[in-house]
Amino acid sequence: MAAALRVVVAVKYVPDIQSARAFEDRRLVRTSDDGTLNELDENAVEAALRLVEALPEDAREGSEVVVVTVGPPDAEAALRKAYQLGADRAVHVVDDALAGSDYHGTAVALAAAVQRLHDERPVDLVLTGMAALDGLGSVVPTLAASWLGWPSVGLVTAFSLDEGEAPTLTATRELDGVTETVTVPRPAVVSVTDHANDPRFPNFKLIMAARTKPVDTWPLADLEEQLERFAEDSGLPLPGVGGEGARARTTSAEPRPPRPETEVVTDKGEGGIALAEFLIRHELV
Amino acid sequence: MTSSRRTVLVHLDTPATELTSSALELLTLARSLGRVEAVTLASPSLTTLAQLGAYGVELVRQAEPAEDLGPHAPHSTALVAEALARAADVSGAAVVLLASTFPNKESAARLAFLTGAGLVIDAAAIGVSDEGHVVGSKRVLAGSWDTSCEIVTDLAVLTVRANAVVPEPAEAAVETTVEGFAVVPSTLAKAGVPTSREVHEAEHGDGPARPALAEAAFVVAGGRGTFGDFTPVEDLADALGAAVGATRDCVDEGWIGHDAQIGQTGVTIAPRVYVGAGISGAPHHRGGMQASQVIVAVNNDPDCPLFEISDFAVVGDLHEVLPQAAERIREHRAQA
Repeated sequence: MAAALRVVVAVKYVPDIQSARAFEDRRLVRTSDDGTLNELDENAVEAALRLVEALPEDAREGSEVVVVTVGPPDAEAALRKAYQLGADRAVHVVDDALAGSDYHGTAVALAAAVQRLHDERPVDLVLTGMAALDGLGSVVPTLAASWLGWPSVGLVTAFSLDEGEAPTLTATRELDGVTETVTVPRPAVVSVTDHANDPRFPNFKLIMAARTKPVDTWPLADLEEQLERFAEDSGLPLPGVGGEGARARTTSAEPRPPRPETEVVTDKGEGGIALAEFLIRHELV
Repeated sequence: MTSSRRTVLVHLDTPATELTSSALELLTLARSLGRVEAVTLASPSLTTLAQLGAYGVELVRQAEPAEDLGPHAPHSTALVAEALARAADVSGAAVVLLASTFPNKESAARLAFLTGAGLVIDAAAIGVSDEGHVVGSKRVLAGSWDTSCEIVTDLAVLTVRANAVVPEPAEAAVETTVEGFAVVPSTLAKAGVPTSREVHEAEHGDGPARPALAEAAFVVAGGRGTFGDFTPVEDLADALGAAVGATRDCVDEGWIGHDAQIGQTGVTIAPRVYVGAGISGAPHHRGGMQASQVIVAVNNDPDCPLFEISDFAVVGDLHEVLPQAAERIREHRAQA
């Protein structure tokens, strides 16, 4: 008999990749004009919803999908999008002190929020997208898992949960030319790829409900207890947050010069030769 | 700290066989930062040792887990992190470099957690600031911005993207010795060892005769305009010694394997030359290839967005243009 599940989905608010993305004062501009839920996080939300929907009805009743984001005030839009897809609860870690944080600062804040949820009622699993389409670092899930003391498995295309005295998770991940299977204890942090599922489209009822559904906002002060425990349990110094606390500081961000005008040839029977000659002329072959 | 005294650790992905171009690039980059030592989780082959000698590496630190974790142990990213943390401690290293693969990003993250190191992912260049801090530079937002990040901690951890530098052996070859060091794997490191691991022969992309897509200096990619026939793409790729790539469309259609997918959600590439055929240039694909040094596009549609970011474009049928280009390149190569 499957038990109820509590799944946390960590999401990010990013500039739409179709918009004119830019830095301002060495920080990526993330505003409500062009911000959105990171597209790859939709696969994580979808995976969480499907896990719960597959449960028998009584287990589904007690289950919960909680989305969490660490980000500026506008990042609430990403949580509202997750509500449209069907998430049950949303938590927004928002604090002026977080602006300009590096991977470490962002991850420890995210981990503290997950820990707080776990303290309320045990979390079974944390899901994330495989990357955020702005920074593409893919390291925050593993860093957050490290503070939680949980395993992390990335690039997962399929997974199953195993019940038992010591619950585990078995995941298949697709690396470059390699398929790996790994079984880790739960709770665990899992990033799913865009091949893991096809995210659903929001339905009208959920879109309407998402507008007014409450979002919990947690400033860092609300996570102090968890952060202190991280430092005690790990014996490691807590990373600083914000630009000042960053261990890696962005010292410059410059737009690249536009490419020189494209040389266009219309094929009238010798287009291939023109292509080859272009490469030869520039000593590329 | 002078650069001659700074110790730089380079993690080797494939010590048991031979070092790939991306490992040689790491060694080349590391040499510009200080004294280089290599770290492995498997016994280096004679070929690997000869390569390390040629690249001026005198010492290989080989992690020896305190218990036998089976043949897949080197693929536990948590174990790699623990081994690198121990090696950094033993050697007093200031920098650890890894090739920018997904598993290595996991290892780098956990290593940075364990050591408190500042972290830069996908660096394309590495320098040192006036204060002696390591600075990683990279191209971001689909190749449209350049950023630099200064790492202010004593230890810097960076993953480096392929083709960041041209591999260059040291001025003088050296004798390379291997020194073991003990690692006591944590519960997490043990749990992270894959229970099974299957390497699939890619039908396209990185078969034995073609370079790996992520590392290739030349890439020829096909899109929807191939209509599923990759023969012309493969023909030009083989003439150039290139890897074969594709758009997500082609992967979804089942025309080509998942491993060939270029894009923000597939393989991100930055080759010297990228040729895109029958590819419109959707944002996801552009995000995965826009950092390429030279971009060539072939498309029937003169308004295709890929042309906007190309250095050279041919308006025409790829089934005509690519074989002709391949033939001309083969002729040129034969003459040279």
